Amino acid sequence: MTAVLEVEAVSAGYGPVPVLRDVTFEVPAGTIAAVLGANGAGKTTLLRTLSGLLRPTGGRVRFDGADLRGVRVERLVRRGLAHVPEGRGVVAELTVEENLRLGGLWRSDRVDARRAQDEVYELFPPLARRRRHAGHQLSGGERQMLALGRALIARPRLLLLDEPSLGLAPKVTAQIMALLRRLCDERGLTVLLVEQNVRSALSVADQGVVMSLGRVVTAAPAGRLRDDDQLRHAYLGF
Amino acid sequence: MDRFLFLTFGGLSTGAVYAAFALALVLIWRAARLVNFAQGAMAVATAYVGYAVASATGSYWLGLGAAVLAGLLLGALVERVLMRFVGHANPLNEVIVALGLVLLIQAVLGMVFGNGYRPAAAPFDTDALTLGGVAALSPYDLWVLGAVLVVVVLLALLFTRTPIGLRMRAAAFAPEVSRLLGVDVSRMLTLGWALAAAVGALAGMLVVPTGLGLHPHAMDLVFVVAFTAAVVGGLDSPAGAVVGGLLVGLILSYVTGYLGPDTTPLAVLVLLLAVLLVRPGGLFSSAKARHV
Repeated sequence: MTAVLEVEAVSAGYGPVPVLRDVTFEVPAGTIAAVLGANGAGKTTLLRTLSGLLRPTGGRVRFDGADLRGVRVERLVRRGLAHVPEGRGVVAELTVEENLRLGGLWRSDRVDARRAQDEVYELFPPLARRRRHAGHQLSGGERQMLALGRALIARPRLLLLDEPSLGLAPKVTAQIMALLRRLCDERGLTVLLVEQNVRSALSVADQGVVMSLGRVVTAAPAGRLRDDDQLRHAYLGF
Repeated sequence: MDRFLFLTFGGLSTGAVYAAFALALVLIWRAARLVNFAQGAMAVATAYVGYAVASATGSYWLGLGAAVLAGLLLGALVERVLMRFVGHANPLNEVIVALGLVLLIQAVLGMVFGNGYRPAAAPFDTDALTLGGVAALSPYDLWVLGAVLVVVVLLALLFTRTPIGLRMRAAAFAPEVSRLLGVDVSRMLTLGWALAAAVGALAGMLVVPTGLGLHPHAMDLVFVVAFTAAVVGGLDSPAGAVVGGLLVGLILSYVTGYLGPDTTPLAVLVLLLAVLLVRPGGLFSSAKARHV
Protein backbone atom coordinates (compact mmCIF):
# COMPACT_ATOMS: atom_id res chain seq x y z
CA MET A 1 0.00 0.00 0.00
CA THR A 2 1.42 3.38 -0.97
CA ALA A 3 1.34 6.29 1.40
CA VAL A 4 -0.77 9.26 0.29
CA LEU A 5 0.71 11.46 2.98
CA GLU A 6 4.29 11.24 4.17
CA VAL A 7 5.42 13.51 6.98
CA GLU A 8 9.19 13.46 7.43
CA ALA A 9 10.87 15.12 10.41
CA VAL A 10 8.62 18.17 10.24
CA SER A 11 9.22 21.02 12.65
CA ALA A 12 7.10 24.16 12.83
CA GLY A 13 6.04 26.88 15.21
CA TYR A 14 4.89 30.44 15.71
CA GLY A 15 7.79 32.85 15.89
CA PRO A 16 10.81 31.46 17.67
CA VAL A 17 8.77 28.97 19.71
CA PRO A 18 8.75 25.50 18.13
CA VAL A 19 5.41 23.72 18.44
CA LEU A 20 6.15 20.67 16.30
CA ARG A 21 9.48 18.89 16.66
CA ASP A 22 10.65 16.24 14.27
CA VAL A 23 7.20 14.85 13.49
CA THR A 24 7.32 11.74 11.30
CA PHE A 25 4.53 9.41 10.22
CA GLU A 26 2.71 8.35 7.11
CA VAL A 27 -0.87 7.63 6.10
CA PRO A 28 -1.52 4.83 3.57
CA ALA A 29 -4.09 5.36 0.83
CA GLY A 30 -7.69 4.61 1.72
CA THR A 31 -7.13 4.61 5.47
CA ILE A 32 -8.05 6.81 8.41
CA ALA A 33 -5.34 8.04 10.75
CA ALA A 34 -6.32 9.69 14.02
CA VAL A 35 -3.97 12.21 15.60
CA LEU A 36 -4.52 12.02 19.36
CA GLY A 37 -3.15 13.93 22.29
CA ALA A 38 -3.89 16.45 24.99
CA ASN A 39 -4.56 20.13 24.44
CA GLY A 40 -1.39 21.85 23.34
CA ALA A 41 0.15 18.70 21.90
CA GLY A 42 0.39 20.44 18.52
CA LYS A 43 -2.42 18.63 16.70
CA THR A 44 -4.00 21.69 15.09
CA THR A 45 -0.56 23.11 14.31
CA LEU A 46 0.25 19.85 12.56
CA LEU A 47 -2.79 20.15 10.26
CA ARG A 48 -2.06 23.81 9.57
CA THR A 49 1.49 22.91 8.62
CA LEU A 50 0.37 20.08 6.35
CA SER A 51 -1.98 22.36 4.41
CA GLY A 52 0.62 25.12 4.16
CA LEU A 53 -1.15 27.70 6.34
CA LEU A 54 1.96 27.51 8.49
CA ARG A 55 5.42 27.19 6.94
CA PRO A 56 7.47 24.33 8.37
CA THR A 57 10.85 25.31 9.75
CA GLY A 58 12.26 21.93 8.89
CA GLY A 59 11.43 18.58 7.36
CA ARG A 60 9.30 17.64 4.40
CA VAL A 61 5.65 16.93 3.61
CA ARG A 62 4.86 14.70 0.64
CA PHE A 63 1.41 14.32 -0.83
CA ASP A 64 1.11 11.55 -3.43
CA GLY A 65 4.89 11.44 -3.53
CA ALA A 66 5.26 15.14 -4.40
CA ASP A 67 6.98 17.58 -2.05
CA LEU A 68 4.51 20.24 -0.93
CA ARG A 69 7.17 22.82 -0.11
CA GLY A 70 6.49 26.06 -1.94
CA VAL A 71 3.02 24.99 -3.10
CA ARG A 72 0.56 27.82 -2.39
CA VAL A 73 -2.31 27.02 -0.03
CA GLU A 74 -4.96 27.88 -2.61
CA ARG A 75 -3.46 25.36 -5.06
CA LEU A 76 -3.68 22.40 -2.68
CA VAL A 77 -7.40 21.82 -3.11
CA ARG A 78 -6.81 21.45 -6.84
CA ARG A 79 -4.33 18.68 -6.11
CA GLY A 80 -6.87 16.80 -4.01
CA LEU A 81 -6.09 17.92 -0.49
CA ALA A 82 -8.98 19.36 1.54
CA HIS A 83 -8.58 20.82 5.02
CA VAL A 84 -11.59 21.41 7.26
CA PRO A 85 -10.24 23.77 9.93
CA GLU A 86 -11.27 23.74 13.54
CA GLY A 87 -14.63 25.23 14.49
CA ARG A 88 -14.87 28.12 12.06
CA GLY A 89 -14.85 26.32 8.76
CA VAL A 90 -18.21 27.76 7.73
CA VAL A 91 -18.36 31.29 6.34
CA ALA A 92 -21.00 32.64 8.74
CA GLU A 93 -22.11 35.52 6.49
CA LEU A 94 -22.81 33.31 3.47
CA THR A 95 -25.79 31.02 3.05
CA VAL A 96 -25.54 27.24 3.08
CA GLU A 97 -25.91 27.22 -0.69
CA GLU A 98 -23.20 29.87 -1.15
CA ASN A 99 -20.84 28.00 1.17
CA LEU A 100 -21.28 24.87 -0.90
CA ARG A 101 -20.90 26.72 -4.22
CA LEU A 102 -17.71 28.27 -2.89
CA GLY A 103 -16.33 24.78 -2.31
CA GLY A 104 -16.67 23.95 -6.01
CA LEU A 105 -15.85 27.28 -7.66
CA TRP A 106 -12.31 26.29 -8.61
CA ARG A 107 -13.49 23.20 -10.47
CA SER A 108 -13.57 23.38 -14.23
CA ASP A 109 -15.99 20.44 -14.39
CA ARG A 110 -19.12 22.51 -13.61
CA VAL A 111 -21.45 19.54 -14.13
CA ASP A 112 -19.69 17.37 -11.60
CA ALA A 113 -19.36 20.28 -9.14
CA ARG A 114 -23.12 20.68 -9.35
CA ARG A 115 -23.61 16.93 -8.89
CA ALA A 116 -21.27 16.90 -5.90
CA GLN A 117 -23.35 19.67 -4.36
CA ASP A 118 -26.54 17.66 -4.80
CA GLU A 119 -24.82 14.67 -3.22
CA VAL A 120 -24.01 16.74 -0.14
CA TYR A 121 -27.69 17.65 0.21
CA GLU A 122 -28.58 13.97 -0.04
CA LEU A 123 -25.91 13.05 2.48
CA PHE A 124 -27.01 15.75 4.95
CA PRO A 125 -30.76 16.37 4.61
CA PRO A 126 -30.76 19.14 7.28
CA LEU A 127 -28.59 21.22 4.94
CA ALA A 128 -31.03 20.78 2.08
CA ARG A 129 -33.80 22.18 4.28
CA ARG A 130 -31.70 25.23 5.20
CA ARG A 131 -30.20 26.15 1.83
CA ARG A 132 -31.06 29.82 2.10
CA HIS A 133 -30.08 30.22 5.75
CA ALA A 134 -26.89 32.05 6.63
CA GLY A 135 -24.05 30.10 8.22
CA HIS A 136 -24.48 31.85 11.55
CA GLN A 137 -28.06 30.58 11.81
CA LEU A 138 -27.01 26.93 11.79
CA SER A 139 -26.59 24.67 14.78
CA GLY A 140 -23.14 23.29 15.65
CA GLY A 141 -23.97 19.97 14.05
CA GLU A 142 -25.27 21.57 10.87
CA ARG A 143 -22.14 23.69 10.63
CA GLN A 144 -19.95 20.64 10.92
CA MET A 145 -21.99 18.91 8.21
CA LEU A 146 -21.66 21.97 6.00
CA ALA A 147 -17.90 22.24 6.48
CA LEU A 148 -17.43 18.54 5.78
CA GLY A 149 -19.85 18.50 2.86
CA ARG A 150 -18.18 21.54 1.31
CA ALA A 151 -14.81 19.78 1.52
CA LEU A 152 -16.27 16.72 -0.21
CA ILE A 153 -17.39 18.83 -3.18
CA ALA A 154 -13.70 19.07 -4.10
CA ARG A 155 -13.72 15.24 -4.37
CA PRO A 156 -10.49 15.17 -2.37
CA ARG A 157 -8.17 12.22 -2.06
CA LEU A 158 -6.86 13.40 1.29
CA LEU A 159 -9.09 15.01 3.90
CA LEU A 160 -7.62 16.81 6.93
CA LEU A 161 -10.27 17.14 9.64
CA ASP A 162 -9.79 19.20 12.77
CA GLU A 163 -12.03 18.14 15.66
CA PRO A 164 -15.12 17.16 13.70
CA SER A 165 -16.86 16.02 16.87
CA LEU A 166 -16.35 19.29 18.77
CA GLY A 167 -19.65 20.34 20.34
CA LEU A 168 -21.64 17.63 18.63
CA ALA A 169 -24.11 15.17 20.14
CA PRO A 170 -22.63 11.65 20.36
CA LYS A 171 -25.18 10.40 17.84
CA VAL A 172 -24.16 12.99 15.23
CA THR A 173 -20.49 12.25 15.89
CA ALA A 174 -21.11 8.55 15.30
CA GLN A 175 -22.89 9.38 12.01
CA ILE A 176 -20.01 11.49 10.79
CA MET A 177 -17.45 8.85 11.74
CA ALA A 178 -19.45 6.16 9.95
CA LEU A 179 -19.66 8.39 6.89
CA LEU A 180 -15.88 8.86 6.85
CA ARG A 181 -15.37 5.11 7.09
CA ARG A 182 -17.74 4.56 4.19
CA LEU A 183 -16.02 7.17 1.99
CA CYS A 184 -12.66 5.51 2.66
CA ASP A 185 -13.91 2.03 1.88
CA GLU A 186 -15.99 2.97 -1.16
CA ARG A 187 -14.04 5.81 -2.76
CA GLY A 188 -10.52 5.29 -1.48
CA LEU A 189 -10.55 8.56 0.46
CA THR A 190 -7.68 9.01 2.91
CA VAL A 191 -8.39 10.85 6.15
CA LEU A 192 -6.20 12.46 8.75
CA LEU A 193 -8.37 13.21 11.75
CA VAL A 194 -7.49 15.32 14.78
CA GLU A 195 -9.62 14.41 17.75
CA GLN A 196 -10.01 15.05 21.46
CA ASN A 197 -12.63 12.35 21.59
CA VAL A 198 -10.22 9.42 21.64
CA ARG A 199 -12.75 6.62 21.86
CA SER A 200 -14.82 7.81 18.93
CA ALA A 201 -11.69 8.42 16.85
CA LEU A 202 -10.20 5.02 17.55
CA SER A 203 -13.50 3.33 16.81
CA VAL A 204 -13.20 4.37 13.18
CA ALA A 205 -9.48 4.87 12.56
CA ASP A 206 -6.97 2.38 11.16
CA GLN A 207 -4.01 4.07 12.77
CA GLY A 208 -3.49 6.21 15.85
CA VAL A 209 -0.74 8.82 15.95
CA VAL A 210 -0.26 9.93 19.55
CA MET A 211 1.33 13.33 20.09
CA SER A 212 2.64 14.97 23.21
CA LEU A 213 4.33 18.38 23.48
CA GLY A 214 4.86 18.58 19.74
CA ARG A 215 6.37 15.16 19.23
CA VAL A 216 4.95 11.88 18.00
CA VAL A 217 5.27 9.54 20.96
CA THR A 218 3.82 6.53 19.23
CA ALA A 219 2.12 5.58 15.99
CA ALA A 220 0.31 2.27 16.16
CA PRO A 221 -2.64 0.44 14.64
CA ALA A 222 -5.85 1.79 16.15
CA GLY A 223 -6.85 -1.69 17.32
CA ARG A 224 -3.76 -1.99 19.45
CA LEU A 225 -4.20 1.43 21.02
CA ARG A 226 -7.79 0.50 21.78
CA ASP A 227 -7.21 -2.96 23.22
CA ASP A 228 -3.72 -2.89 24.71
CA ASP A 229 -4.31 -1.55 28.23
CA GLN A 230 -0.65 -0.82 28.82
CA LEU A 231 -0.28 1.26 25.66
CA ARG A 232 -3.50 3.09 26.35
CA HIS A 233 -2.55 3.91 29.91
CA ALA A 234 0.90 5.03 28.93
CA TYR A 235 -0.05 7.29 26.03
CA LEU A 236 -3.69 8.18 26.32
CA GLY A 237 -4.13 8.20 30.07
CA PHE A 238 -7.26 6.15 30.46
CA MET B 1 -42.68 74.82 -0.18
CA ASP B 2 -41.05 75.41 -3.58
CA ARG B 3 -37.79 76.04 -1.84
CA PHE B 4 -38.15 72.83 0.17
CA LEU B 5 -38.74 70.81 -3.01
CA PHE B 6 -35.82 72.49 -4.73
CA LEU B 7 -33.52 71.66 -1.81
CA THR B 8 -34.83 68.09 -1.73
CA PHE B 9 -34.05 67.51 -5.39
CA GLY B 10 -30.65 69.10 -5.05
CA GLY B 11 -29.95 67.03 -1.95
CA LEU B 12 -30.83 63.81 -3.72
CA SER B 13 -28.50 64.64 -6.60
CA THR B 14 -25.49 65.49 -4.44
CA GLY B 15 -26.49 62.67 -2.12
CA ALA B 16 -26.16 60.24 -5.03
CA VAL B 17 -22.53 61.28 -5.44
CA TYR B 18 -21.92 60.90 -1.70
CA ALA B 19 -23.57 57.48 -1.95
CA ALA B 20 -21.19 56.37 -4.71
CA PHE B 21 -18.23 57.69 -2.80
CA ALA B 22 -19.38 56.08 0.46
CA LEU B 23 -19.86 52.84 -1.49
CA ALA B 24 -16.21 52.98 -2.53
CA LEU B 25 -15.23 53.33 1.13
CA VAL B 26 -17.46 50.42 2.11
CA LEU B 27 -16.01 48.22 -0.65
CA ILE B 28 -12.51 48.67 0.73
CA TRP B 29 -13.68 48.36 4.32
CA ARG B 30 -15.31 45.02 3.52
CA ALA B 31 -12.33 43.73 1.57
CA ALA B 32 -9.50 44.96 3.78
CA ARG B 33 -11.03 46.20 7.05
CA LEU B 34 -9.58 49.66 6.69
CA VAL B 35 -10.93 53.12 5.91
CA ASN B 36 -9.17 54.41 2.84
CA PHE B 37 -8.44 57.99 3.82
CA ALA B 38 -6.70 58.45 0.47
CA GLN B 39 -9.96 57.80 -1.42
CA GLY B 40 -10.57 61.51 -2.05
CA ALA B 41 -7.09 62.24 -3.34
CA MET B 42 -7.17 59.11 -5.52
CA ALA B 43 -10.49 60.23 -7.01
CA VAL B 44 -9.06 63.69 -7.75
CA ALA B 45 -6.06 62.13 -9.47
CA THR B 46 -8.32 60.03 -11.70
CA ALA B 47 -10.52 63.07 -12.40
CA TYR B 48 -7.41 64.91 -13.66
CA VAL B 49 -6.72 61.98 -15.97
CA GLY B 50 -10.35 62.01 -17.07
CA TYR B 51 -10.41 65.73 -17.89
CA ALA B 52 -6.99 65.59 -19.55
CA VAL B 53 -8.31 62.89 -21.87
CA ALA B 54 -11.60 64.75 -22.32
CA SER B 55 -9.90 67.99 -23.38
CA ALA B 56 -7.43 66.15 -25.63
CA THR B 57 -10.11 64.16 -27.44
CA GLY B 58 -13.00 66.59 -27.06
CA SER B 59 -15.19 63.83 -25.70
CA TYR B 60 -16.44 63.83 -22.11
CA TRP B 61 -17.37 60.17 -22.43
CA LEU B 62 -13.86 59.08 -23.41
CA GLY B 63 -12.62 61.11 -20.44
CA LEU B 64 -15.09 59.37 -18.13
CA GLY B 65 -13.96 55.98 -19.38
CA ALA B 66 -10.31 56.97 -18.93
CA ALA B 67 -11.01 58.13 -15.36
CA VAL B 68 -12.70 54.87 -14.42
CA LEU B 69 -9.91 52.87 -16.02
CA ALA B 70 -7.33 55.00 -14.21
CA GLY B 71 -9.26 54.28 -11.00
CA LEU B 72 -9.04 50.54 -11.55
CA LEU B 73 -5.30 50.76 -12.14
CA LEU B 74 -4.59 53.21 -9.33
CA GLY B 75 -6.58 51.12 -6.83
CA ALA B 76 -4.75 47.94 -7.79
CA LEU B 77 -1.43 49.75 -7.69
CA VAL B 78 -2.02 51.29 -4.25
CA GLU B 79 -2.93 47.87 -2.85
CA ARG B 80 -0.10 45.97 -4.53
CA VAL B 81 2.80 48.30 -3.83
CA LEU B 82 1.68 50.04 -0.65
CA MET B 83 -1.21 48.83 1.49
CA ARG B 84 -0.24 45.17 1.22
CA PHE B 85 2.93 45.86 3.18
CA VAL B 86 1.34 47.87 5.96
CA GLY B 87 1.09 45.89 9.19
CA HIS B 88 -2.41 45.36 10.56
CA ALA B 89 -1.25 45.16 14.17
CA ASN B 90 -2.13 48.79 14.78
CA PRO B 91 -5.04 50.30 12.80
CA LEU B 92 -3.28 53.65 12.97
CA ASN B 93 -0.57 52.34 10.61
CA GLU B 94 -3.01 52.21 7.71
CA VAL B 95 -4.38 55.67 8.49
CA ILE B 96 -0.90 57.21 8.55
CA VAL B 97 0.12 55.52 5.31
CA ALA B 98 -3.12 56.64 3.65
CA LEU B 99 -2.62 60.22 4.80
CA GLY B 100 0.93 60.06 3.46
CA LEU B 101 -0.50 58.93 0.16
CA VAL B 102 -2.87 61.92 0.17
CA LEU B 103 0.09 64.31 0.55
CA LEU B 104 2.01 62.51 -2.17
CA ILE B 105 -0.87 62.53 -4.65
CA GLN B 106 -1.74 66.19 -4.00
CA ALA B 107 1.90 67.21 -4.35
CA VAL B 108 2.33 65.29 -7.61
CA LEU B 109 -0.92 66.73 -9.01
CA GLY B 110 0.25 70.22 -8.08
CA MET B 111 3.58 69.68 -9.80
CA VAL B 112 2.10 68.24 -12.96
CA PHE B 113 -1.10 70.24 -13.38
CA GLY B 114 -0.55 73.24 -11.11
CA ASN B 115 -2.47 74.10 -7.96
CA GLY B 116 -4.98 76.42 -9.57
CA TYR B 117 -8.56 75.67 -10.52
CA ARG B 118 -9.01 74.09 -13.90
CA PRO B 119 -12.24 74.22 -15.81
CA ALA B 120 -14.25 71.02 -15.78
CA ALA B 121 -17.18 71.05 -18.13
CA ALA B 122 -20.36 69.13 -17.43
CA PRO B 123 -21.70 66.90 -20.21
CA PHE B 124 -25.25 68.14 -19.63
CA ASP B 125 -26.97 71.37 -18.74
CA THR B 126 -26.71 72.08 -15.01
CA ASP B 127 -29.65 74.51 -14.93
CA ALA B 128 -32.67 73.03 -13.25
CA LEU B 129 -35.73 72.30 -15.32
CA THR B 130 -38.91 73.76 -13.97
CA LEU B 131 -41.80 71.42 -13.50
CA GLY B 132 -45.13 73.09 -12.81
CA GLY B 133 -43.44 76.24 -11.59
CA VAL B 134 -41.02 74.39 -9.27
CA ALA B 135 -37.33 74.27 -10.05
CA ALA B 136 -36.60 70.56 -9.98
CA LEU B 137 -33.68 68.55 -11.26
CA SER B 138 -31.30 69.64 -13.97
CA PRO B 139 -30.40 67.29 -16.83
CA TYR B 140 -27.01 66.92 -15.17
CA ASP B 141 -28.67 65.88 -11.87
CA LEU B 142 -30.61 63.23 -13.77
CA TRP B 143 -27.40 61.94 -15.33
CA VAL B 144 -25.77 61.78 -11.87
CA LEU B 145 -28.71 59.90 -10.34
CA GLY B 146 -28.87 57.51 -13.28
CA ALA B 147 -25.14 56.81 -13.32
CA VAL B 148 -25.05 56.09 -9.59
CA LEU B 149 -28.12 53.89 -9.85
CA VAL B 150 -26.51 51.85 -12.62
CA VAL B 151 -23.29 51.44 -10.64
CA VAL B 152 -25.18 50.35 -7.53
CA VAL B 153 -27.18 47.78 -9.46
CA LEU B 154 -24.10 46.47 -11.29
CA LEU B 155 -22.18 46.09 -8.03
CA ALA B 156 -25.10 44.33 -6.36
CA LEU B 157 -25.31 41.90 -9.29
CA LEU B 158 -21.56 41.37 -9.25
CA PHE B 159 -21.47 40.50 -5.56
CA THR B 160 -24.61 38.39 -5.32
CA ARG B 161 -24.88 36.73 -8.72
CA THR B 162 -21.39 35.98 -10.02
CA PRO B 163 -18.70 33.50 -8.96
CA ILE B 164 -16.13 36.29 -8.68
CA GLY B 165 -18.48 38.20 -6.36
CA LEU B 166 -18.91 35.11 -4.18
CA ARG B 167 -15.14 34.72 -4.06
CA MET B 168 -14.68 38.37 -3.09
CA ARG B 169 -17.24 38.15 -0.30
CA ALA B 170 -15.81 34.88 1.03
CA ALA B 171 -12.25 36.21 0.88
CA ALA B 172 -13.32 39.28 2.88
CA PHE B 173 -15.26 37.40 5.53
CA ALA B 174 -13.02 34.34 6.00
CA PRO B 175 -9.67 34.68 4.23
CA GLU B 176 -8.08 31.54 5.60
CA VAL B 177 -11.04 29.26 4.90
CA SER B 178 -11.32 30.77 1.42
CA ARG B 179 -7.69 29.96 0.66
CA LEU B 180 -8.27 26.37 1.72
CA LEU B 181 -11.16 26.29 -0.75
CA GLY B 182 -8.93 27.44 -3.59
CA VAL B 183 -9.76 31.17 -3.59
CA ASP B 184 -6.82 33.44 -4.42
CA VAL B 185 -7.49 35.82 -1.53
CA SER B 186 -4.64 38.14 -2.38
CA ARG B 187 -5.97 38.67 -5.90
CA MET B 188 -9.47 39.30 -4.52
CA LEU B 189 -8.05 42.01 -2.27
CA THR B 190 -6.39 43.73 -5.23
CA LEU B 191 -9.63 43.45 -7.18
CA GLY B 192 -11.56 44.96 -4.26
CA TRP B 193 -9.26 47.98 -4.20
CA ALA B 194 -9.44 48.35 -7.97
CA LEU B 195 -13.25 48.27 -7.98
CA ALA B 196 -13.50 50.70 -5.08
CA ALA B 197 -11.12 53.16 -6.70
CA ALA B 198 -13.04 52.91 -9.98
CA VAL B 199 -16.30 53.73 -8.19
CA GLY B 200 -14.47 56.57 -6.46
CA ALA B 201 -13.24 57.82 -9.84
CA LEU B 202 -16.78 57.86 -11.18
CA ALA B 203 -17.96 59.77 -8.11
CA GLY B 204 -15.13 62.24 -8.61
CA MET B 205 -16.03 62.80 -12.26
CA LEU B 206 -19.64 63.35 -11.24
CA VAL B 207 -18.97 65.80 -8.44
CA VAL B 208 -16.23 67.95 -9.97
CA PRO B 209 -18.47 69.82 -12.46
CA THR B 210 -21.03 70.72 -9.77
CA GLY B 211 -19.39 74.01 -8.88
CA LEU B 212 -16.46 72.31 -7.19
CA GLY B 213 -13.91 72.81 -9.94
CA LEU B 214 -10.84 70.69 -10.50
CA HIS B 215 -7.92 71.27 -8.17
CA PRO B 216 -5.76 68.97 -6.02
CA HIS B 217 -7.92 69.51 -2.91
CA ALA B 218 -11.25 69.29 -4.71
CA MET B 219 -12.43 66.21 -2.85
CA ASP B 220 -11.30 67.05 0.68
CA LEU B 221 -14.71 68.03 2.02
CA VAL B 222 -16.48 65.51 -0.23
CA PHE B 223 -14.41 62.79 1.39
CA VAL B 224 -15.42 63.86 4.89
CA VAL B 225 -19.07 63.97 3.87
CA ALA B 226 -18.88 60.57 2.18
CA PHE B 227 -17.11 59.12 5.19
CA THR B 228 -19.93 60.45 7.35
CA ALA B 229 -22.43 58.87 4.96
CA ALA B 230 -20.62 55.52 5.16
CA VAL B 231 -20.61 55.69 8.96
CA VAL B 232 -24.31 56.65 9.00
CA GLY B 233 -25.07 53.58 6.91
CA GLY B 234 -22.64 51.31 8.71
CA LEU B 235 -19.24 50.72 7.14
CA ASP B 236 -20.09 47.10 6.50
CA SER B 237 -23.21 47.66 4.44
CA PRO B 238 -23.32 48.64 0.74
CA ALA B 239 -27.06 49.33 1.04
CA GLY B 240 -26.30 51.45 4.08
CA ALA B 241 -23.77 53.47 2.10
CA VAL B 242 -26.37 54.30 -0.52
CA VAL B 243 -29.07 55.25 1.97
CA GLY B 244 -26.52 57.07 4.13
CA GLY B 245 -25.29 59.02 1.11
CA LEU B 246 -28.76 60.14 0.07
CA LEU B 247 -29.70 60.96 3.67
CA VAL B 248 -26.58 63.03 4.27
CA GLY B 249 -27.07 64.73 0.89
CA LEU B 250 -30.59 65.76 1.89
CA ILE B 251 -29.62 66.94 5.38
CA LEU B 252 -26.75 69.03 4.06
CA SER B 253 -28.92 70.47 1.31
CA TYR B 254 -31.48 71.66 3.90
CA VAL B 255 -28.77 73.00 6.21
CA THR B 256 -27.06 74.85 3.37
CA GLY B 257 -30.36 76.12 1.99
CA TYR B 258 -31.89 77.34 5.25
CA LEU B 259 -28.82 78.21 7.35
CA GLY B 260 -26.32 79.21 4.69
CA PRO B 261 -23.36 77.46 3.07
CA ASP B 262 -20.95 78.49 5.85
CA THR B 263 -22.56 76.02 8.22
CA THR B 264 -22.16 73.00 5.92
CA PRO B 265 -18.75 71.75 7.14
CA LEU B 266 -19.91 72.20 10.74
CA ALA B 267 -23.12 70.26 10.04
CA VAL B 268 -21.11 67.39 8.60
CA LEU B 269 -19.02 67.09 11.74
CA VAL B 270 -22.06 67.40 14.04
CA LEU B 271 -23.77 64.64 12.07
CA LEU B 272 -20.70 62.41 12.22
CA LEU B 273 -20.38 62.93 15.98
CA ALA B 274 -24.07 62.32 16.56
CA VAL B 275 -24.03 59.02 14.67
CA LEU B 276 -20.89 57.83 16.41
CA LEU B 277 -22.39 58.67 19.81
CA VAL B 278 -25.88 57.29 19.26
CA ARG B 279 -25.38 54.41 16.89
CA PRO B 280 -21.68 53.75 16.25
CA GLY B 281 -22.42 50.67 14.19
CA GLY B 282 -24.48 52.71 11.73
CA LEU B 283 -28.09 52.29 10.67
CA PHE B 284 -27.46 49.13 8.68
CA SER B 285 -24.69 47.54 10.69
CA SER B 286 -24.64 43.77 10.54
CA ALA B 287 -23.08 43.49 13.99
CA LYS B 288 -25.55 40.77 14.83
CA ALA B 289 -24.57 38.66 11.86
CA ARG B 290 -20.93 38.84 12.82
CA HIS B 291 -21.66 38.06 16.44
CA VAL B 292 -21.18 34.28 16.23
